[in-house]
Amino acid sequence: MREVAIIGIGQTKVGEHWEKSLRQLAAEAILAAIKDAKIERVDLLYVGNMLSGEVADQEHLGAAVADFAGLRTVEAYKIEAACASGAAALRQGYIAVAGGLADFVVVCGVEKVTDAPNPDVLAALALATDGEYERAHGLSLIALNAIIMRRYMHEYGYKQADFAAFSVNAHRNAVNNPYAMFRRPITEEAFAKARMVVEPINLLDSAPVADGAAALVLCPLVMAKDFTSKPVRIAASAAATDALALHDRKDLLFLEAACLSAKKAYELAGIGPQDVDFFELTDASTVMAALSLEAAGFAERGEGVRLAMEGEITLEGRIPISTMGGLKARGHPIGATGIYQAVEAVIQLRHEAGENQVRDAHWGLIQNIGGTGGTAITHILEGPD
Amino acid sequence: MELPKNWRLRKQRYSMVGEICEKCGARIFPPRDVCPECSKPAATPYTFSGKGTVYSYATVFQAPKGFEEYVPYTVAMVKLEEGPMVAAQLTDVDHDEVKIGMPVEMVTRKLYEEGEEGLIVYGYKFRPRIHKSN
Repeated sequence: MREVAIIGIGQTKVGEHWEKSLRQLAAEAILAAIKDAKIERVDLLYVGNMLSGEVADQEHLGAAVADFAGLRTVEAYKIEAACASGAAALRQGYIAVAGGLADFVVVCGVEKVTDAPNPDVLAALALATDGEYERAHGLSLIALNAIIMRRYMHEYGYKQADFAAFSVNAHRNAVNNPYAMFRRPITEEAFAKARMVVEPINLLDSAPVADGAAALVLCPLVMAKDFTSKPVRIAASAAATDALALHDRKDLLFLEAACLSAKKAYELAGIGPQDVDFFELTDASTVMAALSLEAAGFAERGEGVRLAMEGEITLEGRIPISTMGGLKARGHPIGATGIYQAVEAVIQLRHEAGENQVRDAHWGLIQNIGGTGGTAITHILEGPD
Repeated sequence: MELPKNWRLRKQRYSMVGEICEKCGARIFPPRDVCPECSKPAATPYTFSGKGTVYSYATVFQAPKGFEEYVPYTVAMVKLEEGPMVAAQLTDVDHDEVKIGMPVEMVTRKLYEEGEEGLIVYGYKFRPRIHKSN
């Protein structure tokens, strides 16, 4: 196995890109990453995406994206794992470079959802759930998150308003991220007044689905110094699955796959939660953020929300999360989200995050969760300093 | 379009037929011919009583396509008496009257329609238990 480094990053703003198609967005991010890495050759392209066929009317994404990104003839495929598609693409790219089958790999995450009306997008997103036993009964991803949140509140004695700290933190951090969808702070009062989407989840609990693309360039660590003075090492890449359907889980309030993949990642990197400087997690809803903190070893069970209420998730806290806005405020371009998390982690580890810089950031943990926890992929990145 | 898929699920949708594991005794729903507890083959049919309690629930105000006309509706995770959980809609109850722990029973109701000329798909929903002794 070869050590793998990230030597280039690129991203588009997350939002409603009415003037751009899926492959144009992907190409923009890929070209930016290639330019950042200053490479002249690409051996392999992976495109993380969930809904191109369902919503953007395009499959065969490997060839479609490669062509429009100036990479015609390069081997290219789409990788799909619902909301974890981005990290799944990164992990496949990592495997290719680590295994010695390719030197220069581009991994891109892209999603284009605004070509379809919102109820269609919600229905398409629900393809991440169990089609026969969840979706057919009118359960959406948000509804399943809401069921988890209600039980979490019941079990541990929290109020809906207690979850506000996650969204307030995410929005505060997005203010300084030029690529974020919502660059404005929100207050706890606004959170309390937000309309219910699927009670108890309100509009400010759940992440907005949007268009966006992000890309990374990977290469063997030993070659990285030829291209950048700040290579970021992929210290660990690990993935696990759990039952697809929420009702089939052993414990609805515990993200088993997230825990397993995090544990494996810590082992591979030779570090523990106490060494992690920041954590880009999957805050598709506030309760998912809480469960992620618990699964990755930053809080005891039932204490994830408490950690947020006590301010420990802010940039100055014990474990900063969503440092560039997270899914909640940067926006959630479904299959691209995992790559945005990696791009933002690289920015932190290069110490280029400006106002949002986590002090002395050296170890970054990123975790991309698909559906309600059926897939969880964890990467640990190590900065050059 | 979805005729074979719905037909295939008729025993589960109309009478909650799952499976029982001959090895460890686990009752399994939905059926999958392999025991989620001990990973051994398990294909013996088992009919559930359809009775359980509400483990958690949520009320949908923003619905996916195909369910907009039913808004608001309440979805729940029901803990069946025999052990497994099942996700389903609640019916015959106002959403603000639902409570965690509430006893419920399975009934057959319309799940959704595939447009004016399409299929009407039926399946299980759960309502508050009518007879306490049941």
